[in-house]
Amino acid sequence: MKRRVRALGAFIYEFVVGDDPRIAVVVVATLGLTVALAHADVAAWWVLPLAVAVVLSASVLRETRR
Amino acid sequence: MSRDVLLFAAVFLACTVESVEAVTIVLAAGLTRGWRSALAGTGVALLALAAIVATLGPALTVLPIDVLRFVVGGLLLIFGLQWLRKAILRAGGFKPLHDEEAIFAAELAAARAAGRPPQGIDAYGFVISFKGVLLEGLEVAFIAVTFGSNQHNVGLAAVAAGVAVAMVAAAGVAARKPLSRIPENTLKFSVGVMLTAFGTFWGAEGAGADWPAGDAALLALIAFTLVIALGLVRLLRRERDRQPAAAQSPVSAA
Repeated sequence: MKRRVRALGAFIYEFVVGDDPRIAVVVVATLGLTVALAHADVAAWWVLPLAVAVVLSASVLRETRR
Repeated sequence: MSRDVLLFAAVFLACTVESVEAVTIVLAAGLTRGWRSALAGTGVALLALAAIVATLGPALTVLPIDVLRFVVGGLLLIFGLQWLRKAILRAGGFKPLHDEEAIFAAELAAARAAGRPPQGIDAYGFVISFKGVLLEGLEVAFIAVTFGSNQHNVGLAAVAAGVAVAMVAAAGVAARKPLSRIPENTLKFSVGVMLTAFGTFWGAEGAGADWPAGDAALLALIAFTLVIALGLVRLLRRERDRQPAAAQSPVSAA
């Protein structure tokens, strides 16, 4: 039973988070920043696109330098 | 309206890609272990997927739209970025291209090595088909449910998924060989761009941000993501050309 739960957890992790967990960490942190800026009535639409550009480039380039 | 067109396109493309992979596995199982077992495994997997969509789809639409967009947008963004990252590495030559012919050959060899199929339902053929269709289909179900529920149009997402599956299955039955002429790697790249753009759009909306130009921002996000992805592919190709031949990994079956 324990093994099955662990296998299911590993499958979900692999399914959503995949090869580079840093992407998930950055997306969660950036969503938090967007919430904070939006609640402070500051324009926040640019935060996620900027994060996409930075995290995607960093993740891809890191892979090529392995 | 444009959101519906984009919703249909994204789900249709994602479904087409995953269906090609599933059809390759079912064809290999059917040709070596018998069609009865392969089709039974496929049917049971499709029923399981339909149950997942039918359960999760309506359940998600009950959530407040901002919460739904925040959670689903975030998940879709993480999922889309992983998909796009892999597609960029493939297009740039740093990851082997997905090769249906090679996958088909490997599946055939494994199915033949499993011994002679028994009379009636063959467990090997059933399980291989079931697993292939269920695992490939889960990504499609995830995309169809999240896209459909976010736009309160699970029906349209389901239609897009159904049309793609039917088209690929019909092509597979007609060809009786892997659908290697479908530009799978290009499709995966396009789907990665769309998932990332939709995830960004919904995630920011759910977090309380207002997009300048409203819905039109989605088209701008698709263009923005595409430009970044193509720029990275170009950079990677240049990097690969600079590397000595011995250091380059072969481009073969994934």
